[in-house]
Amino acid sequence: MPEKDAIRCDACPVLCYIKPGRMGACDRYGNREGQLVRLDPHILLDRAMSRGDSVVPFLEREREWDGNLVAGPESFVTAIGAGTTYPDYKPAPFIVSSEVEGVDTVTVVTEGIFSYCGVKVKIDTDRHLGPETNLVRAKGEPVGHVTTGEYGSQMLSLGGVRHLTGGTRHEGTITCETLLDLCNGKAVELAIDQGVKIVVQAGKAPVVDGVQEERMRVGCGSATIGMFAKQWFNKVDEVVVVDDHITGVLSEHQAGKLLGIPQTGIKIKGRRSTPGRYFQVAEPGNAWGGTNIQTPLSILKEFNRKIAWPGLRLLMVSTTGEHHAYFELDQDLQPLAKELPASLNESVVRIKENCEPALCTVLFMGGAGGSLRAGVTENPVRLTDSVRDALTRVTCGGAPVYIWPGGGITFMVDVTRMPENAFGYVPTPALVAPIEFTLKLADYAALGGYLDQVRSLNAIVSDKTRLHHLAARANNPWPLSSAKRQERS
Amino acid sequence: MRAQIKFLPDGRRLHLQDGPIDLIIEAFGSSELVKAAYEAAIRRFVTVLDELCSELNLLRTRVGPNTPKPQHRIARSMAAAVAPYSARTFITPMAAVAGAVAEEILAAMTSVVQLSKAYVNNGGDIALYLSPGERFVVGMIARPDRPSLFGTATLCSSDAIGGIATSGWRGRSFSLGIADAVTVLARRPAMADAAATIIANAVNLPEHSSIHRVPARSISPDSDLGDLLVTEYVGELSVNDVELALANGAAVAECLMSESLIHSAALRLQKVTRVVSARNAVLSLRRANLSRSLSHA
Repeated sequence: MPEKDAIRCDACPVLCYIKPGRMGACDRYGNREGQLVRLDPHILLDRAMSRGDSVVPFLEREREWDGNLVAGPESFVTAIGAGTTYPDYKPAPFIVSSEVEGVDTVTVVTEGIFSYCGVKVKIDTDRHLGPETNLVRAKGEPVGHVTTGEYGSQMLSLGGVRHLTGGTRHEGTITCETLLDLCNGKAVELAIDQGVKIVVQAGKAPVVDGVQEERMRVGCGSATIGMFAKQWFNKVDEVVVVDDHITGVLSEHQAGKLLGIPQTGIKIKGRRSTPGRYFQVAEPGNAWGGTNIQTPLSILKEFNRKIAWPGLRLLMVSTTGEHHAYFELDQDLQPLAKELPASLNESVVRIKENCEPALCTVLFMGGAGGSLRAGVTENPVRLTDSVRDALTRVTCGGAPVYIWPGGGITFMVDVTRMPENAFGYVPTPALVAPIEFTLKLADYAALGGYLDQVRSLNAIVSDKTRLHHLAARANNPWPLSSAKRQERS
Repeated sequence: MRAQIKFLPDGRRLHLQDGPIDLIIEAFGSSELVKAAYEAAIRRFVTVLDELCSELNLLRTRVGPNTPKPQHRIARSMAAAVAPYSARTFITPMAAVAGAVAEEILAAMTSVVQLSKAYVNNGGDIALYLSPGERFVVGMIARPDRPSLFGTATLCSSDAIGGIATSGWRGRSFSLGIADAVTVLARRPAMADAAATIIANAVNLPEHSSIHRVPARSISPDSDLGDLLVTEYVGELSVNDVELALANGAAVAECLMSESLIHSAALRLQKVTRVVSARNAVLSLRRANLSRSLSHA
């Protein structure tokens, strides 16, 4: 029954026989001169549209496509909706050519299924979220862990193959769902063992135990002393900047010494590091400066009676300026709470001002596996080499990625720079993420690319399949620009 | 795993695709209910194509008195939907595949939670659920390559319409007729799908010189229509010819309506629309030519 020119499509169990120039039952795969090709790009980034036009959904257009908006390099075909080759070693769903700055350029477009993937979440807060290495849970299932904290931020590492497929089925499902939501910019509630409940959403402030975080600290307690010592000089006798990491004390700190600020006889609990700098004044927590301190005086011992004096003025403030208190010593050298003088209030406001808005940022991290790379070239390792040699640019939904050095193609991308809802999943469970490889046609030939699969951008557009035009994001480099041009812009 | 599962860019509608099956799903209700419904849809969806393909040969075979019954639920629903036509014309269960799949996925959703409304759109064949008091506006397009609405239909829960299907020679499946689009409302999606095929086949002018027909197999070697002639191109027709073709289709539609196989139908050919519906039926469908609302395409 199968005719001479028809080819059998094995992309799905329908196993259509497709004649030349025709498509299968799915309208996705077709027979192009005897080759089975994938024919339905979903999303094109449109450079012209980023200059102000809004998104044009394909199905609302009244007129037939006139070809004007897409003039070669003004459009970039993203992999979103392109489909995937896994687990077959077929050429990628789209291999698109266009001329960029006079050079024939190829973009290989595919949606990768990433079993090895996860997200790194940076949460701008000094609050203690939970002990390092402790499990992070979503809906009770372990989905990741607390990892090394960064300056002013706590870090979570979520997902990864051990949670996706190495645990129970339910753990895998919940992990996949958590990653998908985070990558698609949705809010996710996480609970950390022996720590807090936190709501995380890319590009939004974290909500820790129901309290929305406002600002990042300007620096550690010691750094804050350094930055503000001059502004406190002569307005107050002693300042303690409370911080879970390093609590600073003005009169003992190098900055205070340089200004000639006299000793005050203050005594701080905790372990002294260098003069005026104290570790571990309290336990980590969600109160003052990321500690568990509710009443700041609890970190002070009795003043040294030989040095302190009645009337001594003491300011205690957290690293974000959110907490502050002002005391003066009475005749018995006991601190009495007083209203903060206006002259000091200014400095507290300035600390606050210098604290940047607290955000959650989500980087998707994944590795392009062998079968994905085999969809680009018959010789997958050459693709790795080409990426390494910067001949091939990798983008994720048109957004720039950071490629991790070393073997393979392991990359990170800021999910907020990608088009909305760019991620999908398969029930494996694994995440589906778009990935595009752009390189010169000549380089593509050299690395063993599927030259017979290359289609021109105009051919894709004139297919009038499922194009969805999106404005390119202004803060992303245009995926087809040369590196040089990006530096200038 | 082949199936692709994702949300459309609006973050609201679920898009499920596996081989030729392409579903757009939207459920209405509280966010937990919607989520549970979507999860149920996904769970059911992932095995659908394999089930259908396991009986594909049978499903592509003309239904007759001695044809064996298929095994799987969706396949049985397809066979049941085309059974009323098997004695009078050539039909295979594949004529109802899109509607039957939409119906099954909708049932998977509505059986786990109480939604206010929901639809599963399988490439234009729609399964619809409306709880009491809910309404749904459907837009009708004649040419998928040039989407613009030629009419809308407002459906109420009291209309008891669970399926909407469209068939025409410009669509993804072959048609023996020349209708640009026949949209059918019926109790169940698989019934609507089969009926739309039958009516669209009937919108026809035998032996007309402006109509180009080719054997189905010459385009698609494994088509269930075999060597039957399917419409490949329709040239400009005279006003009389358009009326005649529509009358042929409308006669069949009225017959199906009298047998309670369909609720109503809108037939479209070269910018002329003919509506077939009972007097007390969905009145807004009668306004099809007037309404240009883009509220729900």
